[in-house]
Amino acid sequence: MKSELLTVFLDAFDRDLIALTQTGLPLVPRPYHYLGEQLGLSGEEVVLRIKALQDKGVIRRIGLIPNHYRLGYRANGMTVWDVPDEQASDLGPQIGALPFVSHCYRRPRYLPEWPYNLFAMVHARTRAEVEDLAGGIADILGEHRRGHKILYSTRILKKTGLRLTGSYSNQITKPDHQTGSPNQIKGKGVQECLE
Amino acid sequence: MTDAFASADLDEADRALINGLQGGFPVCDRPFSETGNKFGLSEDEVISRISRLCDEATISRFGPLYNTEAMGGGVTLAAMWVPEENFEAVAELVNSYPEVAHNYERTHIFNMWFVVLTENPERIGEVLQEIEQKTGLRVYNMPKEEEFFLELKLEALAEERS
Repeated sequence: MKSELLTVFLDAFDRDLIALTQTGLPLVPRPYHYLGEQLGLSGEEVVLRIKALQDKGVIRRIGLIPNHYRLGYRANGMTVWDVPDEQASDLGPQIGALPFVSHCYRRPRYLPEWPYNLFAMVHARTRAEVEDLAGGIADILGEHRRGHKILYSTRILKKTGLRLTGSYSNQITKPDHQTGSPNQIKGKGVQECLE
Repeated sequence: MTDAFASADLDEADRALINGLQGGFPVCDRPFSETGNKFGLSEDEVISRISRLCDEATISRFGPLYNTEAMGGGVTLAAMWVPEENFEAVAELVNSYPEVAHNYERTHIFNMWFVVLTENPERIGEVLQEIEQKTGLRVYNMPKEEEFFLELKLEALAEERS
């Protein structure tokens, strides 16, 4: 699929809702109701707005992003492949569907120094395992594969979250009836995370 | 302070929650209760487990995942080929931009890779041009041209860690 460049209209409540949930969903029994109290909306209305934002593609999903290091995935390889442009649209979805590939994109080349146009992020426990898995990608690409590289991350130089201007600051206060600790900024997994 | 890079100790229920909630979380009045019904846990237990996993940094994020472009923002991946002797200074300059969300050192002559998120698409070009001017190095702009996006699906396995 082509990436959507359509911009969705967001009203002030939507923007406040986005600002309030930038660090995550409050960990309380009725999180949408709790957000509604801060926005001056009912819980039902927050639920409807979130569903509408999902339908419009503004929210990809409500979910959980694990810290891959904590799950034992210590080797993270950005595998990059040179395939004919006219084949990329057919091959990309097959690569993206592999269980060990978290993101797959077609990006521009810069010849001669950068011939690679298909990017697939592979997560595994060791570099040897990443290389095995990359072998599986090579098999799918078959004769269309003209070259590839695996770039491992050796250092995180910066990692922060999404920012969007809104009328709320981005920290959710801890409500009285909360049983656990608030969902604070941690690894700040962002929707455009590349690791 | 938990080491965010150390492997976590997870029990069966932790793993079930991590594996089961990556794809989605209910949008309804009592979503933790609904989740608990699915996994055989009480509402309180789901909340306290997710809280603990967030505190321990086993969960990086829990909540809505936003699409920057659909909100009218700009996003790109940029790469640079930075001479080793200038690497730290260039990293500092690149990181000084609030629009630079992630920056990684990688094993290639293109050794610096960063993600730029902006409130409008025009700002992307400005940021990259400024970095080029200030460093005298070329910035390779590699925005996605096509997305073969599937969700993150790292399985929390029970087997021995390496």
